[in-house]
Amino acid sequence: MSHDHSIDPKNMPKDPSKATTEGKYKFMGLWIFLGGETVLFACLFGTYLALKDSAAGGPTTQELYGMGLVFLMTILLLTSSLTSVYAIYHMKNNDFKKMQLWMGITALLGIGFLACEIYEFAHYIHEFGFTFRSSAFGSAFYTLVGFHGGHVVFGLSWIIALMVRNSKRGLNLYNAPKYNTFALYWHFIDVVWVFIFTVVYLMGMVS
Amino acid sequence: MPDKMSTRKINSYQKQKNKQEMQKMVVSFALMIFFTIVAFALVILEVPSTYVIPLLLILAFVQVGFQFFYFMHLKDKGHEVPSQIIYGGVFVTFLVALTFTAITWW
Amino acid sequence: MSMTSAQKSGFGATLWDWLTTVDHKKIGILYLAGGGFFFLLGGLEAVIIRIQLISPENNFISAGLYNEMITMHGTTMIFLAAMPILLGLMNFIMPLQIGARDVAFPFLNSLGFWLFLFGGLLLNLSWFTGAPDAGWTNYAPLSIQSPGHGIDFYVMGLQLSGAGTLMGGINFIVTIVLMRAPGMTYMRMPLFTWTTFVASILILFAFPALTVGLFLMMFDRMFGSAFFDAALGGNAVIWQHLFWIFGHPEVYILILPVFGVFSEVFPTFAKKRLFGYTAMVFATFLIAFLGFMVWAHHMFTVGLGPVANSIFAVATMAIAVPTGIKIFNWLFTLWGGSIKINSAMLWSLAFIPSFTIGGMTGVMLASAVADYQYHDTYFVIGHFHYVIVGGTVFGILAGLHYWWPKMFGRYLNEVLGQISFWTFFIGFHLTFFIQHFLGLMGMPRRYWVFLENQGLDTGNLISSIGAFFMSFGVIVFLINIIYTTIKGKKAPGDAWGSGRTLEWTISSPPVHYNFKQLPLVRGLDPLWIEKMEGNEKMTPAEPVDEIHMPNGSILPFIMTIGFTIASYGFIYQTGNKYWLIAVFAGMAIALICMLIRSLKDDHGHHISKEELERVGD
Repeated sequence: MSHDHSIDPKNMPKDPSKATTEGKYKFMGLWIFLGGETVLFACLFGTYLALKDSAAGGPTTQELYGMGLVFLMTILLLTSSLTSVYAIYHMKNNDFKKMQLWMGITALLGIGFLACEIYEFAHYIHEFGFTFRSSAFGSAFYTLVGFHGGHVVFGLSWIIALMVRNSKRGLNLYNAPKYNTFALYWHFIDVVWVFIFTVVYLMGMVS
Repeated sequence: MPDKMSTRKINSYQKQKNKQEMQKMVVSFALMIFFTIVAFALVILEVPSTYVIPLLLILAFVQVGFQFFYFMHLKDKGHEVPSQIIYGGVFVTFLVALTFTAITWW
Repeated sequence: MSMTSAQKSGFGATLWDWLTTVDHKKIGILYLAGGGFFFLLGGLEAVIIRIQLISPENNFISAGLYNEMITMHGTTMIFLAAMPILLGLMNFIMPLQIGARDVAFPFLNSLGFWLFLFGGLLLNLSWFTGAPDAGWTNYAPLSIQSPGHGIDFYVMGLQLSGAGTLMGGINFIVTIVLMRAPGMTYMRMPLFTWTTFVASILILFAFPALTVGLFLMMFDRMFGSAFFDAALGGNAVIWQHLFWIFGHPEVYILILPVFGVFSEVFPTFAKKRLFGYTAMVFATFLIAFLGFMVWAHHMFTVGLGPVANSIFAVATMAIAVPTGIKIFNWLFTLWGGSIKINSAMLWSLAFIPSFTIGGMTGVMLASAVADYQYHDTYFVIGHFHYVIVGGTVFGILAGLHYWWPKMFGRYLNEVLGQISFWTFFIGFHLTFFIQHFLGLMGMPRRYWVFLENQGLDTGNLISSIGAFFMSFGVIVFLINIIYTTIKGKKAPGDAWGSGRTLEWTISSPPVHYNFKQLPLVRGLDPLWIEKMEGNEKMTPAEPVDEIHMPNGSILPFIMTIGFTIASYGFIYQTGNKYWLIAVFAGMAIALICMLIRSLKDDHGHHISKEELERVGD
């Protein structure tokens, strides 16, 4: 067994993120974790579905949601999913600089998404008086969308820490799995968002 | 460390394959954006809710399928266990969604 | 190198070794010790309940304290005793059975243990200021109305230990999928490994529902949200659904691993291969699958409607089929075997009738119409103690007697083992059999007192006497542990002489890297196959080479301390905002630990070939 995790470009593994046993474990572990996350979000969605009409005299879904901002947020997050695919593409080609660049773009798009979400929440609170405590609908909305936002924050901290840590070291078989698991996690955040914009926003705007 | 090499040195066959795969990814991305636009358009055009809700859900599922099978490579070899686990999660999600829409009695 | 630290003497070095260990065997022992401690605590609470109910209108404890006692008894026994003890057995035994040197994520394994332990300790700290008192199911709106911080401790304590369990589940799945020894295909895995695998999948899908439920409860109680507040449109039934979507798979998480234990014990002591291995595997999956679709049978009287009740009733009754398959397979395994009776075997044999009684009352309860009569009576108490004590606890004790020589290198004493078995077994039936009839006569559960001359006096007295018998059995078992540790008979690798699986191919207790050379597995029951062909030991699948092992770390422990401080802050910030400092400080500690873990490279260490050769086998 080799103690050395550096990549030999002449003998480049097909997927550097799965070339070591630790890499394989991380890959599998993250997927299994996502299985659990699916149920976590399922329960949050369920709670939202049960409470979405319990506005307790406050603003209802139709009064609250606006099309433009949600569309912008969706495009930002979907694009960030593609940019992370580009990053992994460059990882497989052993091009560390481009990988970092595309991961950086991914993070920027994520930050943009987060900024929109913060603006959206502030807007609801100040314009509509719609808060976490104002009705069961409010509690359910902020919990579901907030849990997703929390996942975005965690993902951003994760990728920024990874990029800073490895900026001088380049790609090797030890850190490649870390980038790859991040990318999977980030796609999953996007999956959850697809259901949020469909079930929460779009279905909430349909009468 | 010897790993700061240029991409030119890696196997050109493999590079070609990576490129082909990336092209597929871009196509699926374009489709995802397209589905998103369709979904928003359905709501803007005020299609009656009996049709629009199932349509929106179908579009979401297809889009998520692209995300899972292409972006996350769930269709590839070596993803048997992950896909079973995700199917399990989807099954539970289905049960939970049904519960909270149909039998959360009050 | 950290591997030698175990040999260093001195209390400090030993303590440091246990705090930083990532060895699955040591973590298994820690789980057993932690779970054992909470089992005694939960048992003490049970005895206090039974003393209160020994006679009509008794005044042993106050009504409020009684509520706290029943809540803590249930919560402790399920989350802090039964689950961790099972996780301990899985941790120790499963990697040995599949021929692995550790689990896939040793660091996470250690973190999971410490989270469980501190979650449990946090929950029990509530005794000093008022324990949770809304029952172990913690139904809203009762739990929302409950004054004081008791319920807050319940929420934060279970959140911590639940997170630990989830980590354990993910870890076991990855371990079983990726770390099996050469030749160990899925259908060659021992049944205990199979049930560990399936129980882990259940953990993965069930615990997030609890996580969400606890978060909602936390937000309602501590941050003024309105999930369960009817005045603002909230809905208390959401809690019931979330709790039981978790809670019902949870009972299968508790029972499936012990099904695995029995499937190891019976073939070993009947010297016969397990009857219907394939059927056993599929029955396990079927139970898990059906187990996910029956949670609403806890909610028949909520008013879900006749259609929903019927569906859940039918699904519940269907579970009796795969369970029946298992019971018959165990009986056929025994049929015609050359049976050796010892403590492990006694617990396993006693399980079959006891659990079957619990299963039959389960089918009775599954009938939605009849359930309106049984609901919230002692009949239900009788039923679930028959499956949880008669199933899980018997199974744990069978497993402990069976694997004790493997884990500690010494046999548990047989005489003491049989004394504790018979007293516990008789006490168990005395305590709980009569409770079915008390329930049918109309005695409701969770009542502090009952009235005189209503036909309940003798039954309750008998039940309480049974509880003392059970306590005596547990005390004898504790004495057995102490006696064995000091004077127990030493065990060889194949401690029972008729071991069939890989854990019996290595020394007792195993060396910390488990296998000097990974074994080559040639079929189901690999050791038995080699024995039948006259081989002394397994054929190695690799030459002796250096072994890569993970490094120990103190970070999981510190991280857990951080989370515990934060939880304490969350509980008390409702009264005084200065407690938010504890929240931020605790979270900061935990996050810094995560950052260190992420940024500091940890490649593990290698055990050299020379050292392996010096140690011998």
